[in-house]
Amino acid sequence: MNDLTPTREQREAALEGMGCKRKRVEDVRFTQGKGQYVDDVKLPGMVFGDFVRSPYAHAKVTKIDATEALKLPGVIAVLTAEDLKGVNLAWMPTLAGDVQMVLADGKVLYQNQEVAFVVAENRYIADDAIQLVEVEYEELPVIVDPFKSMDPDAPVLRPDLEGKTEGAHGPRKHHNHIFTWEVGDKDETARAFDEADVTIKEKISYHRTHPSPLETCQCIASMDKVKGELTIWGTFQAPHVIRTVASLLSTIPEHKIHVVAPDIGGGFGNKVGAYPGYICSIVASIVTGVPVKWVEDRMENLSTTSFARDYHMTAEIAAKSDGTVTGLKVHVLADHGGFDACADPSKWPAGFFNIVTGSYDFPVAHLEVDGVYTNKAPGGVAYRCSFRVTEAAYCIERAMDILAQKLGMDPADLRMKNFVKPEQFPYQSALGWEYDSGDYHTAMQKVMDTIGYRELRAEQKAKQEAFKRGETREIMGIGISFFTEIVGAGPSKNCDILGVAMFDSAEIRVHPTGSVISRMGTKSQGQGHETTWAQIIATEIGIPAADIMVEEGNTDTAPYGLGTYGSRSTPVAGAAIALAARKIRNKAQMIAAHMLEVSEYDLDWDVDGFQVKGNPQARKSMKEIAWAAYHAPPPGMEPGLEAVSYYDPPNMTYPFGAYFCVMDIDVDTGVAKTRRFYALDDCGTRINPMIIEGQVHGGLTEAFAIAMGQEIRYDEIGNVLGASFMDFFLPTAVETPHWETDYTVTPSPHHPIGAKGVGESPNVGGVPAFSNAVNDAFQFLGSTHIQMPHDAWRLWQVAKDLGVHG
Amino acid sequence: MIPGEFIYHRPSSVAEAVAILANHGEEARPLSGGHSLIPMMKLRMAAPEHLVDLGGIADLKGISEDGDMISIGAMTTQHELIASDLLGSKLPIIRETSQLIADPQIRYVGTLGGNVANGDPGNDMPALMQCLNASYVLTGPEGDREVSARDFYEAAYFTKLAPEEILTAIRIPVLPAGHGYAYEKLKRKVGDYATAAAAVVLTMSGGSVSFCAIALTNVADTPLFAVEAGDILTGSTLDAETVKRAVAAAEAITEPASDGRGPAEYRTKMAGVMVQRALARAAERAKG
Repeated sequence: MNDLTPTREQREAALEGMGCKRKRVEDVRFTQGKGQYVDDVKLPGMVFGDFVRSPYAHAKVTKIDATEALKLPGVIAVLTAEDLKGVNLAWMPTLAGDVQMVLADGKVLYQNQEVAFVVAENRYIADDAIQLVEVEYEELPVIVDPFKSMDPDAPVLRPDLEGKTEGAHGPRKHHNHIFTWEVGDKDETARAFDEADVTIKEKISYHRTHPSPLETCQCIASMDKVKGELTIWGTFQAPHVIRTVASLLSTIPEHKIHVVAPDIGGGFGNKVGAYPGYICSIVASIVTGVPVKWVEDRMENLSTTSFARDYHMTAEIAAKSDGTVTGLKVHVLADHGGFDACADPSKWPAGFFNIVTGSYDFPVAHLEVDGVYTNKAPGGVAYRCSFRVTEAAYCIERAMDILAQKLGMDPADLRMKNFVKPEQFPYQSALGWEYDSGDYHTAMQKVMDTIGYRELRAEQKAKQEAFKRGETREIMGIGISFFTEIVGAGPSKNCDILGVAMFDSAEIRVHPTGSVISRMGTKSQGQGHETTWAQIIATEIGIPAADIMVEEGNTDTAPYGLGTYGSRSTPVAGAAIALAARKIRNKAQMIAAHMLEVSEYDLDWDVDGFQVKGNPQARKSMKEIAWAAYHAPPPGMEPGLEAVSYYDPPNMTYPFGAYFCVMDIDVDTGVAKTRRFYALDDCGTRINPMIIEGQVHGGLTEAFAIAMGQEIRYDEIGNVLGASFMDFFLPTAVETPHWETDYTVTPSPHHPIGAKGVGESPNVGGVPAFSNAVNDAFQFLGSTHIQMPHDAWRLWQVAKDLGVHG
Repeated sequence: MIPGEFIYHRPSSVAEAVAILANHGEEARPLSGGHSLIPMMKLRMAAPEHLVDLGGIADLKGISEDGDMISIGAMTTQHELIASDLLGSKLPIIRETSQLIADPQIRYVGTLGGNVANGDPGNDMPALMQCLNASYVLTGPEGDREVSARDFYEAAYFTKLAPEEILTAIRIPVLPAGHGYAYEKLKRKVGDYATAAAAVVLTMSGGSVSFCAIALTNVADTPLFAVEAGDILTGSTLDAETVKRAVAAAEAITEPASDGRGPAEYRTKMAGVMVQRALARAAERAKG
């Protein structure tokens, strides 16, 4: 070797593979305003659709008269449920086994529900025409509070289900009841409570909020009547699923439907489901024969497309007097709104809420979830969390703090005492999961040492004394959250969507010159797949990430996949990518053996090529091998160098983390200031530390928003309050706390590269950290549990009720 | 979120603008920075048929000093208020308040005239102008008239401004050097209207208050000039007991709505807290 031969380290660095803080390649276009979003797509002859929406939360629709609207020049059509009935699309199936009105069919169930679809030459005319559609309503009594849904005399919200005692998930016990979902051992859990030294019970609510991506939901449907082909551009987190659903609903054969998800401006679960806007655009394009664009505005997005949470959880813990937990009991009342349009795997009506035993070794547990209808918008999507995991994490992390308070124990010590121990993995939880790997004690201790936990407790005690002496009007809280996530849905044995198993896929093609194009069934909405997927491939096949193009979102070219949500991309598609890459490397090894005239078993992989064992000078780089694959493959071998992999994961992955929040609250205004937030994440193998850090910052910012004020509120007659960014709390850089991040690495034993997924951990773990900090601050004044959101006026009210305003 | 149809005018003189307004009466609206009117139009809560953009009228810009008065053109932006050295030295509370309005992007476009003229109780400048005893120059077909900021506001979005008039300038008496001042604003986030806010200016002489004016933002359907609170404090040493009485007097005149910022009771109490904190900061700043 001469001095110009790159060292092994230099060759590794040149790949920018796994572990590299590679800059996001997609940012080159995003930061220059050159992204291509749905609304950037403009087709010749395109027209625009917009909705007439209900001002009432619950009403009969007695008349829709579009005569005046149709007289307005430029108005092309006004669709109502009656028109959709002609193509059997007045109702559509939801992902949760329910059906949902596309346009109001005789009644409306929530404010701003879609009543009619106006199609016009441009958006201005469409909006003018909306004002001219006359709709007559007859108001009906409204249910906003889910606890009143199953009152004996509660109004019937869903006459279409009247008399149906069996729903998609078992028996229904009331006309507004959707399902009961029960997991765990009821009798053994009851016994644990009978024998407990100490028990706690608390109603812990997680309010309704919304994922609010900056780009709202939108689509363009374009029906080519000559070819019989439908093309749909849309904000889809799962484009292949949309194609299948569109085919099933429209009866257009699936190969004649082309779904394209271009750049997406955030999804967070909001863009998983199918919405009336999509259906109406498709029908309108079929009717008119021209492309129809539908773009939601902000208020429509916040008030009608999928909300998140609205879970009302009653948690009970049984424990010994030394703090050892012996049993967990949880009942959930789940408010699903007017239709059950949850986006969970089919068999999981409450998602993976049975992760509610969290990071603790509960010998027994019992969970029951009741889903009910109310006069609110449908949805119930995972807002940056895997299927109700954030609700579960909040429930158990609050409950553990409440137990610590009752025992007079430090909440960190209580957690340490009850953590699942490293030697217990793989760990079978009392509610049916097999946790793949973890080292909770190490992660917890690392954060406690770094932030000086004991010193903070001493400072808090001193501040409490000073407060009692009247020397300060500020109180201090330390919030702890130790969460265990469950992501990577999921194994086909228990996860499907509309019958399609939740695998994912990757296709990798190495070109003759050694560059690569690769396509996946996932769809980035900001996660940075174009960057990280290339890094996995780079490490696996030794081709620089810069020479690898990643493409997602076009169902004509990408292999079938279930899309991106629930932190499933890395655990599922990430594995498919690694396995497809390994197929390529295996073939490359055979080609290299032929080129070097040795047996393939005499070759070692070395960063970016193969070398002969004991003779490292005799080597072939992947670039040389790629050329040979097309130029002179071994006799009898098919030319070319490409591979496809469909990956059905054997298990979920279980990322975890320890988050600590230090907060100061002004009791006279209720204003809370986060002094410090320290987030340690263990997501297994780390593909791109910079992207992980970015994901954690984003998720923590959402968690901060949710815990401290972000809420979809309704008044008592079902009016949505504050469905705009004036009231819906989206923090700016000014309000957002400073984030400190850290990590440990406990790889997943069953994942090809050991990665677990991280995108949603900060939302899941962040919310309880903030809420626990607030609760911790008020505890010494006699408070046990304060419901979220913790905005200033509510904290002021808490302080007032605790008597500190004199 | 798309406005109805309207005709856009961009006159180059006040006279021309007034003529257009006079021609179209209630169907016309002047447009300054647009941050209140345009969102209302997008929600179709306002649907003027004629929009008269004042942005092309050079005479409506600028800040000048005339003896013991400062005159500010209505189309002067909040950014220009912040950047003005004259205001920074003579009426620094204007800079402090402007910096609490919205965010820099909006302040490049939002104007003082627009902020005070449309009668939105959420706007910060009306209470500040009452506190400073400013007057507004209203120009109509018959010429100019001046109305005190303290008399201008009648109810939410209702003011003494006639449909054919334009608020062309704001005139503010200069406060004595060494006066204390503070604008305290409680808000949920950057860009939000105040949950409650208080403007305070005062002068101290030999340890006691020789003059004090207080006004409140967004705790009633108009800005509130808290006369009694100011009177209670005048002559006092800002002792705890007197401050408490003044705070109670300020709270007593509030009549806030309950909304996402909190229930009425909270917002009333926050008005009191803002007054108390503004007084403390103003006293700290006052010389003499």
